[in-house]
Amino acid sequence: MSILVDETTRVVCQGVTGRAGAFHTRQCIDYGTNFVAGVTPGKGGMEAEGLPVYDSVKESVAKHDANTSMIFVPPFAAADAIEEAAAAGIKLIVCITEHIPQIDMIRATETVSHYGARLIGPNCPGLTTSEVCKIGILPGYIHKKGNVGIVSRSGTLTYEAIWQTTLLDLGQSSCVGIGGDPIHGIGFIECLELFEQDDQTEGIIMIGEIGGSDEEAAADWIKANGTKPVVSFIAGQTAPPGRRMGHAGAIISGSSGTAAGKVVALEAAGVTCCKSPSDMGQRMHDVLNS
Amino acid sequence: MQLHEFQSKALFRKSGMVTPQGVVVRDKSDIPAALDEMSLPLVVKAQIHAGGRGKAGAIKLAKTREEAEAYSNEILGMNVKTKQTGDAGLDVHIIYLEEATSIASELYLSLLTDRTCAAPVLIASKMGGMDIEETAETDPDALLKLVIDIDRGITPYQCREVHYFWTDGTFPLKETAAILDALWKTYIDNDATMVEINPVAVTTDNTLIALDAKMTTDDNAHYRHKDWEGLRIASDENPAEVRANEVGLNYIKLEGGSIGCLVNGAGLAMATMDVISLYGAQAANFLDVGGGATTENVTEAFRILLDDPDVKVILVNIFGGIMKCDVIAEGILAASKTVNLSIPLVVRLEGTNVEAGMKLIEESDLTCDIAKSLSEAAKMAVKNVEA
Repeated sequence: MSILVDETTRVVCQGVTGRAGAFHTRQCIDYGTNFVAGVTPGKGGMEAEGLPVYDSVKESVAKHDANTSMIFVPPFAAADAIEEAAAAGIKLIVCITEHIPQIDMIRATETVSHYGARLIGPNCPGLTTSEVCKIGILPGYIHKKGNVGIVSRSGTLTYEAIWQTTLLDLGQSSCVGIGGDPIHGIGFIECLELFEQDDQTEGIIMIGEIGGSDEEAAADWIKANGTKPVVSFIAGQTAPPGRRMGHAGAIISGSSGTAAGKVVALEAAGVTCCKSPSDMGQRMHDVLNS
Repeated sequence: MQLHEFQSKALFRKSGMVTPQGVVVRDKSDIPAALDEMSLPLVVKAQIHAGGRGKAGAIKLAKTREEAEAYSNEILGMNVKTKQTGDAGLDVHIIYLEEATSIASELYLSLLTDRTCAAPVLIASKMGGMDIEETAETDPDALLKLVIDIDRGITPYQCREVHYFWTDGTFPLKETAAILDALWKTYIDNDATMVEINPVAVTTDNTLIALDAKMTTDDNAHYRHKDWEGLRIASDENPAEVRANEVGLNYIKLEGGSIGCLVNGAGLAMATMDVISLYGAQAANFLDVGGGATTENVTEAFRILLDDPDVKVILVNIFGGIMKCDVIAEGILAASKTVNLSIPLVVRLEGTNVEAGMKLIEESDLTCDIAKSLSEAAKMAVKNVEA
């Protein structure tokens, strides 16, 4: 088993004719992901990366039964692309695009929940089920099928965790980059719930960062519901307050959102917190073999 | 982008909000002319991005022309240290002269994008002028929080809820309605992520007036607000940060560090700072080259790091996803050809196109330490600093 994506996932890429969209669609197809179509308004009838291109997501759903979308659309049009996918009946929407205005995302997340779809991102690397399905920009070769579930707010730290668990021969069930924006789709808790229910997953690596209170909420959830071991790293222990560290969501404001506060909450919930991101794999290995 | 009080108030007025009359002064020689336009008493207010100005002596009430001139000259150019500025403090480059308001009482009002609700949230309090985080901790019942529908704005019943929470009738409902209407317009028309009025003054004439103003706009919405360019103030910005920004790099200068970092991804960039600190040194900067960086961007990133006199070692840490390792390698090599790479360089590459990237570096005549992992890279960099 795995979470969110597997062999039955049928993907359409919105923005397939753009440079990044085409490159990463090719990488995902080569990984083994089942892509069925591409969408670029105004370019219907073309072909891209061996896929038929349509003007609308609706058409790709009608003709190819697509159930998942990967979005590589420029920021000014990306929230609209999310809404289009949800309205067309897509059940899992993965939005890679960064720099989408927050007000647009507020509207888009409302539409997504109205249609009962799930959104991953925006401003995220996507997700993988190791050796089965990859949607997004995660490098394929670092994955290995195994028993660790990974969920992260940071893209590149997700790769670190994947690579470390691969080198230690633990491997991964599924890996989800939930993205660094304040207004986003699924969060830690939803992923933790899915990993809890997933037979293949034996341990979970959760990577957080400064800003907001998602890690604290996840700690509460773990305390109440968690049965599988969780290893965590929180980025930004040395970040100065009041400065936005790249991600729109990564900012310490006043006394809230600090790495120290998050680590305290997670440790109180029994989570193993790493001081260095280099230790995530090893700590998971130790916890699983203790 | 964080706006100053005078900038926020200009946007408030555009949305129909009542604020006191004010004049902006940037040069001491302009003080007399500015005072000629104002009536007394007036308030001299330092325009800096930090709270706690009053306690720090950066806001002063002047009753006479002489006082006004003295305070203006004192505050313009002073260094202000508050809880929020750090030890270096902030220099005052702009003051705002504002006609004094006769205040009966003070309230609190803000509207911000709430990440948990994924919606705008309005916060009102009867305790104006107080630090809202403190109020939230000591007296949460003194706060009213309302989730606002992005497409409907503040509805009439929500407006009444704020009104009856604020007052038992000293000022009329239409005053509350007017300020909430203008607050919403300010938020939605300007793609704000936060608008705060602390305090809202209840005047002795029973009207509501925005006495202070704080506002942050959403950088991602910059493309649809061409007028924002005029809101940027050079003296507020670190020149290296501006330079980085122009080429799409996310750079923040950090005080007291010696290792210049070039990383892809915000999380990894923060984690790189954390690991350096773990091994006993400090990063001189946060630098996320982002996913779409070109060879030229990477070269410019290198130049920015090399121009920083604090930087003794450069650490490149790339885990390529959308960013390709060969692009980074080309940037490193291009930079090393155009600038004099006089300090040690540590490189760690992993991810998309790593083999092509490593090949480029190995086949060049570049001298650098190659690390296999993040912790090894940090250790090498720290060792180079110590040597």
